[in-house]
Amino acid sequence: MAEIVLDKVTKRYPDGALAVQEVNLEIADGEFIILVGPSGCGKSTTLNMIAGLEDITDGELRIGGQRVNERAPKDRDIAMVFQSYALYPHMTVKENMAFPLRLAKVDNATVERKVSEAAEILDLTQHLDRKPSNLSGGQRQRVAMGRAIVRSPKAFLMDEPLSNLDAKLRVQMRTSVSRLQKQLGTTTVYVTHDQTEAMTLGDRVVVMRGGIVQQIGAPQFLYDNPANLFVAGFIGSPSMNFVPATIEDGSLRSALGTVTMTDRVRRLLEGADAPREVIMGIRPEHFEDAALVEASARSAGCTFDSQVEVLESMGSDKYAYFSLSGEAASAADLEDLAADAHAEDVPGGGISLVTRLSSASGAREGESAEIWFDADKVQLFDPSSGKNLTYTER
Amino acid sequence: MAGIGGAETTQKKVGWSLLNLVVVIYALFPVLWILSLSLKSSKTLADGNLIPREISFENYRNIFATTEFVRALANSIGIAIIATAIAVVFGTMAAYAIARLDFPGKNLLVGVSLLIAMFPQVSLVSPLFEIERGLGIFDTWPGLILPYITFALPLAIYTLSAFFREIPWELEKAAKMDGATPGQAFRKVIAPLAAPGVFTTAILVFIFCWNDFLFAISLTSTEQSRTVPAALSFFTGSSQFEDPAGSISAAAVVITIPIILFVLFFQRRIVAGLTSGAVKG
Ligand SMILES: Nc1ncnc2c1ncn2[C@@H]1O[C@H](COP(=O)(O)OP(=O)(O)OP(=O)(O)O)[C@@H](O)[C@H]1O
Ligand SMILES: [Mg+2]
Repeated sequence: MAEIVLDKVTKRYPDGALAVQEVNLEIADGEFIILVGPSGCGKSTTLNMIAGLEDITDGELRIGGQRVNERAPKDRDIAMVFQSYALYPHMTVKENMAFPLRLAKVDNATVERKVSEAAEILDLTQHLDRKPSNLSGGQRQRVAMGRAIVRSPKAFLMDEPLSNLDAKLRVQMRTSVSRLQKQLGTTTVYVTHDQTEAMTLGDRVVVMRGGIVQQIGAPQFLYDNPANLFVAGFIGSPSMNFVPATIEDGSLRSALGTVTMTDRVRRLLEGADAPREVIMGIRPEHFEDAALVEASARSAGCTFDSQVEVLESMGSDKYAYFSLSGEAASAADLEDLAADAHAEDVPGGGISLVTRLSSASGAREGESAEIWFDADKVQLFDPSSGKNLTYTER
Repeated sequence: MAGIGGAETTQKKVGWSLLNLVVVIYALFPVLWILSLSLKSSKTLADGNLIPREISFENYRNIFATTEFVRALANSIGIAIIATAIAVVFGTMAAYAIARLDFPGKNLLVGVSLLIAMFPQVSLVSPLFEIERGLGIFDTWPGLILPYITFALPLAIYTLSAFFREIPWELEKAAKMDGATPGQAFRKVIAPLAAPGVFTTAILVFIFCWNDFLFAISLTSTEQSRTVPAALSFFTGSSQFEDPAGSISAAAVVITIPIILFVLFFQRRIVAGLTSGAVKG
């Protein structure tokens, strides 16, 4: 076990592609770190550099205080779980798991003991003599984990280890990965595409975009205080709503009406050199059916009327979709996000809103509803730089 | 409906079986003829019967009594095995590099090696004769092994690189992460998975070396290194008045046996789909 430090680590591929740019990251001993970001942002490259499978172009990588840039993967004492599992097809489950120990010339008795321990933890005991081709996806995934844990490495690296599993198994394996990591207390770097994995698994999340780290922090902190439009839009599902707004004498004017800024928002804005035109970000859960908001609370926000386009009842709450007339928010960050989600909006489609209302709401599809939102929860972003103007290091 | 369908499939089966039978007879008839000839005595050799009136092992006794044939058999076995082993080892290494690495001139290398295979061997016989005389390896084992390797390598490289390309790259990365040196990763993970390819290649190369006549006849002059295909053409029979057809047939039957054994031995090691289950998707 050891801490891993990336000090201005940069990767430029031989063909000139700059995949990772000056990543600074200090991973504490025993910490569970998640790397997220859209496809091609350099997550796997970063992981492979830590593993030693890719050379580091520039910067320094230290594991346990020692520079390891030049060390071969086998001398770094790190285990990796691949997205494809990469099990050795000609070996049984037992031989697969014993392979790292055999290479390390561990004596037979210890190999037997460690493999059966790992098999016990991963519930693979009855499959030890089978070949990987005869196992189910979830079992293969566990064998891959087993191969990583048997030799108690300094750290685990996992590159989308669950993405090949079906949804139900993924949920199940997610909890086992989390439990396993807590049980072993081994430093873990985990790459994922999945919102839920990012939010639930890690101690801290690293959001990357185009090879550059956007923000590092605890999942809840990132959710509440995104550093910029990109992080705000990337973290959270359904994602944050973005509406263009204008700041005018202490209030915000937008397609959702005019709302007086709360003291908190005003105070934060003063510190940041805010332009007049901003992008207002509101999470779906900060909306509510106005009829359900008590009169006393109403003044803390703003209400607007609009026709419910689609209503999805999830049982515990309802998602109502609206589309307002007006210019949709536009910024480079938002275009990147849309490209990643393959959801380039139809031009001129207006502003689309996703709101989460409580299940008691009487809103009906195709009918008009009065919706309230919490003015204190809005986040304001600079459209040109994407920076969060209401960001706080709470 | 089911009845008609069943009749149809039976009909189809019979049809296919007949067709197969025709092909098999067409292919095996010469072999049967040779076998029959080899089992006839010198008196009944030319009687034209496919099934010999009486079975005689006279021809077999005769060929094994001559050093000419026994020596040639030893030469054939030795030369083919050595050439196959060397060609497969070098072919494996070259094919691995071609499948895995991107180096300048890679395509040129593959192209040139294929060119060698396409070159008409006849046109090389005279220069090879001169070169080997100059080097002093004419009429020796190395004198045959070297050209065999040269012509077998392109075949080996081509077949093997196709097999190597099938092996997921990630397995090697996984081995590295598990603490293997590049050599260990190759020996413990890649080579076992490439084994079917290696055995297939070994069979092909062995057959090529074993059956070669052109080099064997041109680059040898004595029993010292003459292989069976070449030696056969020198068979005269036990006296000069005797027809050597019986002995030649017996020798031909004898030299097909090692090939059959070799193929059977390696075929069991060719397990298709060995890489399944390594990676998903
Ligand atoms: N071997 C390579 N040679 C050149 N460029 C590469 C190579 N591998 C990756 N890249 C580039 O580096 C960038 C980062 O790739 P990387 O595989 O790290 O992305 P990723 O974040 O893991 O994406 P995904 O989520 O799709 O796996 C991409 O733009 C990619 O095109
Ligand atoms: Mg990746």
